Amino acid sequence: MKRTTMLATSTAALLALVLGGCGTSSGDGDDGDTGTETQGGFTAPDIPMAEELGDTEGELSVLAWPGYAEDGSTDKSVDWVTPFEEDTGCQVAVKYFTTSDEAVTLMKSGQYDVVSASGDASLRLIAGGDVAPVNTDLVPNYADIWPYLKDRDWNSVDGQMYGVPHGYGANLLMYNTDEVSPAPTSWSAVFDDASSYTGKVTAYDSPIYIADAALYLMEAQPDLGIENPYSLDQDQLAAAVDLLKQQREHVGEYWSDYLKEIQSFKTGDSVVGTTWQVIVNLAQAENTPVEAILPEEGATGWSDTWMVSSTTEHPNCAYAWLDHIASPEANAAVAQWFGEAPANAKACDIAEEGFCDTYHAGDEAYAEQISYWTTPIEQCLDGRTDVECTTYQDWTQAWTEIKG
Amino acid sequence: MVDQHAPGSGAALPAGGALHRHPRLRLGLLLAPPMLWLGVLYLGSLAALFITSLWTVDAFGGNIERVWTLDNYRDLFTLDVYRTITVRTLLTAAAVTVIDTLLAFPIALYMAKVASPRLQRLLVIAVLTPLWASYLVKAYAWRGMFATGGPLDDLGISPGYGGVATVITLSYLWLPYMILPMYAGLERLPNSLLEASADLGATSRTTMRRVVLPVLFPAAVAGSIFTFSLTLGDYIAVKIVGGANQMLGNVVYDSFLTGNNMPFAAAVATIPVAVMLVYLSAVRRTGALDAL
Repeated sequence: MKRTTMLATSTAALLALVLGGCGTSSGDGDDGDTGTETQGGFTAPDIPMAEELGDTEGELSVLAWPGYAEDGSTDKSVDWVTPFEEDTGCQVAVKYFTTSDEAVTLMKSGQYDVVSASGDASLRLIAGGDVAPVNTDLVPNYADIWPYLKDRDWNSVDGQMYGVPHGYGANLLMYNTDEVSPAPTSWSAVFDDASSYTGKVTAYDSPIYIADAALYLMEAQPDLGIENPYSLDQDQLAAAVDLLKQQREHVGEYWSDYLKEIQSFKTGDSVVGTTWQVIVNLAQAENTPVEAILPEEGATGWSDTWMVSSTTEHPNCAYAWLDHIASPEANAAVAQWFGEAPANAKACDIAEEGFCDTYHAGDEAYAEQISYWTTPIEQCLDGRTDVECTTYQDWTQAWTEIKG
Repeated sequence: MVDQHAPGSGAALPAGGALHRHPRLRLGLLLAPPMLWLGVLYLGSLAALFITSLWTVDAFGGNIERVWTLDNYRDLFTLDVYRTITVRTLLTAAAVTVIDTLLAFPIALYMAKVASPRLQRLLVIAVLTPLWASYLVKAYAWRGMFATGGPLDDLGISPGYGGVATVITLSYLWLPYMILPMYAGLERLPNSLLEASADLGATSRTTMRRVVLPVLFPAAVAGSIFTFSLTLGDYIAVKIVGGANQMLGNVVYDSFLTGNNMPFAAAVATIPVAVMLVYLSAVRRTGALDAL
C-alpha cells in the first residue's frame, strides 16, 4: 500500500517536471532562433571586439594543448608562463585538453579566458559565439606573424581575425625502431600493412582521425576523387570508414591522452601509429627506441590560434597573453618544446640553429602541403556544389561505428 | 532539578509547542528536506536527462536546439553499433556479477561462520582496505599487470588489453561491494539453524541448499545490484585496460565531449536507466528487496 502511494507521488512529481520542462523549452526555442546563424555557410554571431586596453586584472585562465603553457614544472628550463606573470601581474591558471572536441566543450563552460584552438575547433567556437573577434591592432607582435597564417579559413571570418596564430605542424608516424623494420615511409604501415603489427597499432582517438584515412585514400584510391580530406561526400566517407574498420582489427588501443601513448610505446604495447613531435621528444627522453617520420603522402596537421573568450572577465590579461605568446621569445620556446613551426618570423632568429629549417617555418609551399585540421561542414570545402558533404556530426557517429 | 527544567524548556521553545500540537506539521517539516532531495534533485535530474534526450543540436556550433525530436532514439535503435555496444556492456556487467558472486561466497561464508571473532574483524578490514585506495590507482595498477612485459605477461597468462582485462579489473574493483552484503546476510543466519539441520540428518550439501542459500540469495541480489549497476555505468576502466573496446559509458562520454551532442548522450544514458529499472523490478518479484 505504502509503496504504491510513494510511486504515485514520485510519478506525479516527475510528470510535473516534464511538463514544466516542456513549457520552458518551447519558450527558449523561440528566443534562440533569432539570428545568430543563417542557412548556407554561416555568419558569425555579433560579438563586440575590444577597442582599447586598460590595466591588467591580475588573473588569467588559460585553456591549452599540452605543452603550450609551460611554467617550468615539467622541465625547469621550459618556462614562458613565469616571465609573463612577472611582466603583467596576471596569475595564470592552466588547464590542458587532449582533443579539439574537449576544448570546445570546455570553452562552452565560459570558465576560460583564452584558448589555443586548432582549426577543427576554432570555427565551431566562432559559430557558437564562444570566442570574440580579436583586435589585432592591440597585439603589437601580430605584425611579425608570417603573412600566410593571417586571414585564413580557420582563424577569420570575412577578413576579421578571431585570434592570433600560434604555430603549425604535421601529425607524424611514430614507430618503434626495434620492432618495426624496414622503417616505414608511408601511412600504409598503419592502414594496408597494419596486419604485420596486429594488436600493436595505435591511432588518435578522435573523429578528426577519419581525415588521416581520407588523406591516405587520396593516393591509394585516386578514383574516389578525394580532393580535401575534410570534405567527404557520403561515398568517400564510407570508403574512409571501411579502411578504418580494417585498421580497427589491428589496433591495440586508441590514444588521446599523450601520456598514455608514451607509456604504451615504452612498454611495447604499441609499436606504430600517429603521433605529435612533442610525444616523440618525451618518449626519446625516456630512452624509448622510437623515431617519427613525415610519410610520403603528406600528413594532416594543425595550425593553432589563440582565441579570447566572448565572456572573459579578464580581457586585458587575455590580450597581454596573446601578445606574449606571439612574441619571438615565447613563440620560439613553445615551438621548440612542442615541435612545430613558430608563427612569428622573428622566432627563427632566437630558436636553435637549424630549427626553423627542420620544421620548414616560413616555407609557404611546404606549409600548404599539410592538411590542417578543419571542421567538416555541409558545404564542401573543396568547392563542389553538386553534393552535400558530411558534417562533423556524421564523422562523430562514424567514429563510434568504427570503434564498434 | 526537575522544577528548573520544566518551565525553562517551555519558555525557550514556543515553536516546539506548536509542533507538538500539530503532528501533521511536524511530519511535514521532517519529511520535506528528504522529499525535496529525492523529488527535485534526484528525479528532477533524471527528468531533465529525459527531456534533453528529446532535443537535438545544430550541426556546427554544437549548441542545443530545443526542438522536440525522436531522432536520437531512432539512431539508437536502428544503428547496429549501439546494439553491439549495449550487448557488450550487459555481458560485461553480467560476467562481473557472476565472477564476484562466485568469489565472494566462500570468502563471506568463511568470514561469517568459520573465522574467530578476532580474525573476522581483520578480514572485514582486509576486504574494506582496497576501497581506501583511489579507483584510478587500482585501474592503472591493473594496466601495469596486463602490459606487455608486465607480471602477468611474464607468467604467460596475460590476456592483453581488451574485454577480458576489463572484466577482471572491474571484478576486482567491485568485489567488496559483493562480499559485504553477503557477509551481513550470512551473519544473520544463526548457527543453531545449521546445527539443527545437521541434527535432523541433512548432509552439508542439503544444509547449504535448504538453509544457507535461501538466506544468501537476497544478500547476493543486493550485492549484484551494486556490481551490475556500477559496471553498467563504468567507462574509465575500459579506457585504461579495455584496449580499443568501448562500453555504453564511453559512448555517453564521447557523444558529450567529442560530438558536443548532449541530447544524444542523454538518449544513450537512458539505456542503463531502463536496464536497471527492468533489473530492479525483476529483483522485486523475487522478494529479495523485502529481506533487506
